Amino acid sequence: MAPPRSFLWSRRIFLTLLTGFVLVPVYVMVSSSLKPLADVSGKFRWVPSGLTIRPYIDIWSTVPLARYFVNSLIVAGAATVCSVVIAVFAAYAVSRYEFRGKRTFTVTVLSTQMFPGILFLLPLFLIYVNIGDATGIALFGSRGGLILTYLTFSLPFSIWMLIGYFDSVPRDLDEAALVDGCGPLGALFRVVVPAAIPGIVAVAVYAFMTAWGEVLFASVMTNDTTRTLAVGLQGYSTLNNVYWNQIMAASLVVSVPVVAGFLLLQRYLVAGLTAGAVK
Amino acid sequence: MTTTTAASADPGERTVRKDSPGAARGPRRTGRIRRIGLPYLLLLPALLLELLVHLVPMVIGIVMSFKELTQFYIRDWGTAPWSGLDNYKVSVDFSAPVGKALLHSFMVTVGFTLLSVGLCWLIGTAAAIYMQDTFRGRGLLRALFLVPYALPVYAAVITWVFMFQHDNGLVNHVLHDQLHLTDKPSFWLIGDNSFYALLVVSVWKGWPFAFLIVMAGLQNIPGELYEAAALDGAGLWQQLRRITLPSLRAVNQVLILVLFLWTFNDFNTPFVLFGRTAPESADLISVHIYQASFVTWNFGTGSAMSVLLLLFLLVVTGAYLLLTSRGRKTADV
Repeated sequence: MAPPRSFLWSRRIFLTLLTGFVLVPVYVMVSSSLKPLADVSGKFRWVPSGLTIRPYIDIWSTVPLARYFVNSLIVAGAATVCSVVIAVFAAYAVSRYEFRGKRTFTVTVLSTQMFPGILFLLPLFLIYVNIGDATGIALFGSRGGLILTYLTFSLPFSIWMLIGYFDSVPRDLDEAALVDGCGPLGALFRVVVPAAIPGIVAVAVYAFMTAWGEVLFASVMTNDTTRTLAVGLQGYSTLNNVYWNQIMAASLVVSVPVVAGFLLLQRYLVAGLTAGAVK
Repeated sequence: MTTTTAASADPGERTVRKDSPGAARGPRRTGRIRRIGLPYLLLLPALLLELLVHLVPMVIGIVMSFKELTQFYIRDWGTAPWSGLDNYKVSVDFSAPVGKALLHSFMVTVGFTLLSVGLCWLIGTAAAIYMQDTFRGRGLLRALFLVPYALPVYAAVITWVFMFQHDNGLVNHVLHDQLHLTDKPSFWLIGDNSFYALLVVSVWKGWPFAFLIVMAGLQNIPGELYEAAALDGAGLWQQLRRITLPSLRAVNQVLILVLFLWTFNDFNTPFVLFGRTAPESADLISVHIYQASFVTWNFGTGSAMSVLLLLFLLVVTGAYLLLTSRGRKTADV
C-alpha cells in the first residue's frame, strides 16, 4: 500500500528544508576553511573567490593546535576507557546481585545527572587545589584532574545504559558459566561482556563525545600546557584579526574524528539507546 | 545523557522488566550469600569517584553558600566568615540589582528552555515519523541528520558565531542583501536578537537527539498494528494519532525530561556563542551563575544561586515524574 501523494509531498518538503537547515553551517564550515583571509573578512559569499588550502597549513602554527589535539585525545581517551571499565563493574553488580543500598546507589548516581555542571565547578576547583596543597599531587590544571572530572560526567549514563544491557543478557548464560567453574569475574568477562558489546560501544562513544566537546571545565581547569581543543580554538581570534578561515579549518579538523566515529558506530548507539533507556 | 533519569524513577516499568528473570533467580540466591561482599567491591570504584566528584563537591557547595566567600578566602575557603542566609537573601531580593538580574535570567532560561525543547521535540518527531518507512536515500539522510549532534559543541557553535557576524556573516547576507527583509544588517550576538540566535543554535544542535530517541522508540512498535489499522480503514493521520503517538508515550516522557534538563543546564552553547557575559536577552542561568562567581568574584552568592537552581530542578523533576507516572497508570487501566 503506497502512501498518498499528499504525504509524499509533505515529506519531500519537510525533509528538504530540514536538510538545508542542517547542512548550511556544515557548508559554511567547509567552504570558509578553503577561502583566503580577504574573502572571509569581507562580505559573506556563497561561492569562494579562490580556493586555497593555506588555512589548513597555518592552523598548526597560529596556535599550538597539535598540542591541544594530543591533550584532548589523552583526556578524552583516558576518561572513556576508565568510565567504561568502571561502569561495566558497577552495572554488573546492580544487574546481577541483590544487596543492601542498591536502590540508593542507582538513585544517587542518576540524580547527579540532573545537576548543572556549574554547581560542581567551584567546589571541585577548591578540592583539587586543596588536594594539591596537601599531597603535592597536581590535579588542578593537570590532565589528570580533567580526566577525573570527565569520567564521572559520563559514568552515570554509562552505568544506567549498561544495567539495561546486562539485564537483557539472559541470566542462564552466566549462571551456566558459574556452574562450569568460572568465577563471577570470569562470567562477566567471558559471557556478559561479549554479549553486551553493542551497549559497551555505545557507552564508549557517548563518553568520548562528552569529553571531547566539554567547554566549561576545560576553560577553568587547564593551563597553557594542558589546554584542550575546546579552549585552544579561541586562540585564532587576536586583537587585530579574526582568522575565520583558520577557525573553520581547525573546527573541521577537530570534528572529523568524532563525527566519523559517531557515524560509523551510530547503529550501536541507537541499539544501545533502545535497550538501555527507551524500553 | 540523562536519558536514564526518568526511566529510573519509573518504578512500574522497572519492576515489570525485572520480574521475569528475577523469578528464575530466587532459588539460587542462597548460594550467593557467601559472595555478599562482591557487589560492593564491584561498585567501589564508581562509588569513590561519585563521592569525590559529585557528592563531596555538592556538600561543599552547600556549605559555601552560607559563607562570605570572596576572592580573598578562595585558597583557604574554610576560614571564610559565616554569613548565615545572607547569600540567599541577596539572591532572592528581587528589588535589588543582584536578585533582579537572577530573576530575569531565570525567566529567560525558562522561556528559552520551553521553546527550544518544544521545537526540538517537534522537529525530531516529525523527521523520525517521516522516515519510518524506507525510501531511497533514507540511510544517507539519517546519517546527515546526526551530524549536528556529533559535532563538538565548540566547533559547531563557533561556526554559528561566524554566520551571525554583523559584517561578514551569512545570516545578514541572506536576510539583508539577498532577501531584503531587513533595512540594515542586524546585530545577532548582542541585544534582543541574541535570544533568537541562541534558540536557533540550540535547536539545530538538539533536535537530532530527539530524532535518535524517537527513531529508536518507533522500532518497538509492531508493524501488525499499522496493518490492522489500515485494514480497518484508518488513514495515515488516524494511525499517527491512535497508534504512533500513544506508543511513543513512555519514550516521550523520558525524552522531554532529558531535553529539559539538558537545555536548562546548558552552559557550553551560550558560553561559546557569547563569551563570559551573555547579552541580557539570552542570559541563561548557568552562564549567569558562572558570571556571578568567576567574573564578579562572589563565590558565596554564586553557590547560593546554584543551590536554589538545584532545588528548583528537583521540584520540577519530581512533579513531572509524579504527573507522568500517574498519567500512565490511569492510561493503562
